[in-house]
Amino acid sequence: MRLEILNSGYPLGTRVLFAVIRVFSRQPLPDAARLVFYRPDFYGGPMKELTHETMRGPSAWSVADRELMAAFVSKTNECVWCRAAHTATAARAHDDEAMVAAVLADLETAPIQEPLRATLRMLRKLTLENRVTPDDMAAVLRAGASRQQVEDALAVCFAFNTTNRLADAFGFSLLDARGLDAGAKYLLARGYR
Amino acid sequence: MSTEDRKRAAHRALVARVLEGDGRAPRDQRRAAFDRSGLGEPLRTLIDKVAGRPAQITDDDLAAVKTSGLTEDEIFELVVCAAVGQATRQYETALGALAQVASGKGSG
Repeated sequence: MRLEILNSGYPLGTRVLFAVIRVFSRQPLPDAARLVFYRPDFYGGPMKELTHETMRGPSAWSVADRELMAAFVSKTNECVWCRAAHTATAARAHDDEAMVAAVLADLETAPIQEPLRATLRMLRKLTLENRVTPDDMAAVLRAGASRQQVEDALAVCFAFNTTNRLADAFGFSLLDARGLDAGAKYLLARGYR
Repeated sequence: MSTEDRKRAAHRALVARVLEGDGRAPRDQRRAAFDRSGLGEPLRTLIDKVAGRPAQITDDDLAAVKTSGLTEDEIFELVVCAAVGQATRQYETALGALAQVASGKGSG
């Protein structure tokens, strides 16, 4: 990563933990995980709580659909690292790689339900233009999403608009196919805490 | 606490921590990075890119800020504040737009 502190600025206990994870997973720790271990009192701790609650806490959206939202927001931000990680996670969670690829390629023709499509459309506008109108929100509600679902999706959008920016600013190292697969399994088994 | 209250509470806690808690960068500088306003070069260029076009950030953007005398820990905090700030403006704008839609059962 572009800041040396994020590569090597960890106390001994954290370095030991990284080594243990490397042994058990047979993969280097992804940079997204390293980031939240750096001075966790400042950012990593509160951000892990927020992301876990948003992605794994109670919601009418499935975990799989929330991972799809994460991949879609990351794609909209052109964040290569997060797009790859959450495309792999969404594909595994849905057990449908083709559907996830279709959503990322063309939202309008992808084989998904209308409430999800309308929600993703709104998240794309918010991510690209930094604002949405009451009319945009009314359209999502008319498509069948509940108010609570819209709020839940906005929390996912917040989490990934933050994380995408940090991935690009700090320069996360891309994962290979095995790293993506291991990361997806971990996120679905353990979440973000 | 309801589900949504927990999400919003987690968001408020994150924002309060990065802006008001202890840090290596001064609070007013963290606030400026969060707000994307009132920063001098070369920090302004980096923070503007974090907020507005993060995919275009380069090694040189970080190197220029390091050369200007900020420590890596200060840069870490200011970049975090800029990212959380931009995402917070989106989040609050969107929640505001949702609140303006006439209250109903949500699918009328």
